[in-house]
Amino acid sequence: MRIALFITCVNDLAYPQTGIAVTRILRRLGHTVEFPVAQTCCGQMHANTGYRAEAVPMVRGFADTFDGYDAVVAPSGSCTAMIRDQYPRLHPAAASVAGRTYELSELLVDVLGVTDVGAAFAQTVTYHPTCHSLRMLRLGDKPLTLLRHVRGIRLVELDDATECCGFGGTFALKNAAVSTAMLADKCARVRETGAAVLAAADNSCLAHIGGGLDRARSGVRAMHYAEILAMTGHYA
Amino acid sequence: MRHPATPAGVPSTGGGRIRAPLPFPTAARSAVADDQLRANLHRATRTIRGKRVRAVDEVPDWAALRDAGAAIKADVQRRLPELLERFEAAATAAGARVHWARDAAEACRIVVELTRAAGADEVVKVKSMATQEIELNEALAAAGIAAHETDLAELIVQLGDDTPSHILVPAIHYNRTQIRDIFRRRMADAPADLGAEPRELAEAARLHLRRRFLEAKVAVSGANFAVADTGTLVVVESEGNGRMCLTLPQTLISVVGVEKLVPSFADLEVFLQLLPRSSTGERMNPYTSMWTGVTPGDGPQDVHVVLVDNGRSAVLADPVGRSALSCIRCSACLNVCPVYGRAGGHAYGSVYPGPIGAILSPQLTGVADNASLPFASTLCGACADVCPVKIDIPEILVHLRQQAPHPVAERTAMRTLSWIMRSPRRWALALRVARRAAGPLGAWRHRRTGTRTLRRLPWPASAWTRSRDAPLPAPQTFREWWEKQ
Amino acid sequence: MVGKAVTARAEVLARLRAALVDAPTPVDVPRHYRRVAESVDLVELFVDRLVDYRAVVHHGFDALPRLLAGVDRLAVPDDIPGHWLTGFAGQVRRDTPPLSPADLDGMDAVLTGCAVAVADTGTIVLDAGQAQGRRVLTLVPDRHICVVRTGQIVGLVPEAVARLDPRAPQTWISGPSATSDIELDRVEGVHGPRRLEVVLIPDDDVIAPGR
Repeated sequence: MRIALFITCVNDLAYPQTGIAVTRILRRLGHTVEFPVAQTCCGQMHANTGYRAEAVPMVRGFADTFDGYDAVVAPSGSCTAMIRDQYPRLHPAAASVAGRTYELSELLVDVLGVTDVGAAFAQTVTYHPTCHSLRMLRLGDKPLTLLRHVRGIRLVELDDATECCGFGGTFALKNAAVSTAMLADKCARVRETGAAVLAAADNSCLAHIGGGLDRARSGVRAMHYAEILAMTGHYA
Repeated sequence: MRHPATPAGVPSTGGGRIRAPLPFPTAARSAVADDQLRANLHRATRTIRGKRVRAVDEVPDWAALRDAGAAIKADVQRRLPELLERFEAAATAAGARVHWARDAAEACRIVVELTRAAGADEVVKVKSMATQEIELNEALAAAGIAAHETDLAELIVQLGDDTPSHILVPAIHYNRTQIRDIFRRRMADAPADLGAEPRELAEAARLHLRRRFLEAKVAVSGANFAVADTGTLVVVESEGNGRMCLTLPQTLISVVGVEKLVPSFADLEVFLQLLPRSSTGERMNPYTSMWTGVTPGDGPQDVHVVLVDNGRSAVLADPVGRSALSCIRCSACLNVCPVYGRAGGHAYGSVYPGPIGAILSPQLTGVADNASLPFASTLCGACADVCPVKIDIPEILVHLRQQAPHPVAERTAMRTLSWIMRSPRRWALALRVARRAAGPLGAWRHRRTGTRTLRRLPWPASAWTRSRDAPLPAPQTFREWWEKQ
Repeated sequence: MVGKAVTARAEVLARLRAALVDAPTPVDVPRHYRRVAESVDLVELFVDRLVDYRAVVHHGFDALPRLLAGVDRLAVPDDIPGHWLTGFAGQVRRDTPPLSPADLDGMDAVLTGCAVAVADTGTIVLDAGQAQGRRVLTLVPDRHICVVRTGQIVGLVPEAVARLDPRAPQTWISGPSATSDIELDRVEGVHGPRRLEVVLIPDDDVIAPGR
């Protein structure tokens, strides 16, 4: 099976460790991962902000770059949802590759049939299900199932977990006041759990929540759940 | 307004209270700063969310009911002109008089004339979004006719010289103490020692309105549903004020948006299950009234229906956006919306707040007139999940964002970014440039987590760093790591 | 400009037709929802729902005289079955000639039957048919006593809709008048009857024929 990694633009720039984690998990499970270097961005920010025409070249680029792979894996619920939900409308030729694009937990649980990736991580972790992974991809508890199999992990429940954190892409800038109010509530719920780590399926949401947690010097670390699944020894 | 001699037949936008006077971010900023408002909203929306979940979860065929509701409404939109003519014929045959209004002003004029013809200088009103939309109370007042709102929340809002902030519970932004204060101040017959218990407040409203009901000559209502086959109108309510208005006066004028139709009486079996559970989280609302024209000897003998376009034809003209006309005004989307929960209804500047308002108001007025509303959402999708008629609100929001005028600086930035990102070579270069540019900004290292963040960025990124740290470009991009392997 | 202005009707219909130039595809309405309740004890379910709304439920015809014993002035529709009032010592006000709203406001209670009841939602439907009278009768008095025959109870809303005539004025009643307008807390009793009492009688206790 030819698996290609779609790193996403945000991860490429600011969160390479998430992509490294995905690569390590898949290799540990005996799979070969390829990284087509022609990839850039899925176009979600443009499409969702009202710049469809500007998004289409990226959609086309994605379709060309990832054509020929059996599966494309992305460590982002939001980008995967964009690809699966909007690509067929924006560029019908991209429908086929969109159907073969998976968020990491979908690839692991649904396609590869794995729930224990052999990880170990001795920390208290709370999980925020990001909106697009929850309501567009319907990931359900797939990421949590993977996390539950991590040795040494202590998972604690997050109150109001399904409520949006207030990121919303350009919403965070255009409606900064409301975004900040939502963020304050999300950060408060995270801190109430007493967890050392906040995990989620999207680094964009984590940049927002983590940015709020850092600003408050909460000491809570925001981590993509893939990075936890990649751990095999002590907390790095 | 002058109307032409031949039907122009061009779908037209509407007037009334559907235009946001302030951009949403501006209005929301002050709302967010109001702690009392946020506490009131938080408490109320949390209560109703819990009730809705319980009322919906006990229905084993909820998904099938939603499918049917969505399909019936889509069918109505497809056949709207035909169904309206059928409704008119059936209602007329049953003794009602049907009037048509192109816009808010015309609808108001019709109601004023009918009220005058009935010899009345006051009307009692059933809570109705359509009459709020067309600003009927203001038009009646200008004509010397007093309009008395009889729904408890509408009464609170009217006595408080305020506007509704929620579709179902117009006074959701007030708590009990604030309501007591409004009653003490503005309700002449309220007891001086009126307490803040909801029971006491409801009793005060009962006594205040009792005589009005018994003496009223004219009532004005909206309708939740209008049945095309039979000419039947349906009003769904809780308090009995609706029944009072629909039963006691001699003249009844119902202002109905053209989208309120359902094809057949049997279709009500779907909506009478979807609406109460989605709306108040009850298995059934206390009272539902249905009437078909005039029933001799029972209820109003002078019955009118005003069918209103006011922008609905413009909504219908958009194949993507038209499903906003499926809305049955349950307000479930408001109650789950995290943006509504922080900003409140007034920030939307229209009688239709919340997620449904963010797609309905800009379509009724034309997007240019409500350009900030399609952006008043994180696209979290909670609204679409609860919508009883399955309106894909996020999809329509994104669709309307396409039509919204974009700020020049933003457009330039987005175009530039698109130009960079459509080329792998330019993108790889941009990643390196970004890292170098971030260097002098000065990172903050968090002792406990080891992360490095940026604490202050220049405009426009300052909108981010005002409340949150920003991530730094990594010392090595992913593609650099990959190449080095 | 001279000439007869186009009617609003013609203009609105023309606009709506123009809005549909894309000729949307016909819609098949899927009706996979339940049309008939599965076998459940309808009476038990109905009572459970009523109690949840804080309506008061009485079982059997014998309850009626006891209930009415506390009533001085009772409004009734013309065609109320005579034996429902057996032993009632108070003042009976029949709706002929029609009682005025002020008359009704002075009543202690109103006694009626119903057209159909829905167990799933605890709803009683009045359609101005036999033993129900005009809509206003059950609206103005502060206490509504409603006799429901067990055979009138159906399981689900679609079953009730199928039994009703759309031309009849209908009032669907689910518990006493209520409001949730203050902090979304439900409070019983606003403008409609603040007390709803339901007397469930077996189906063989037929209402006397004729109206």
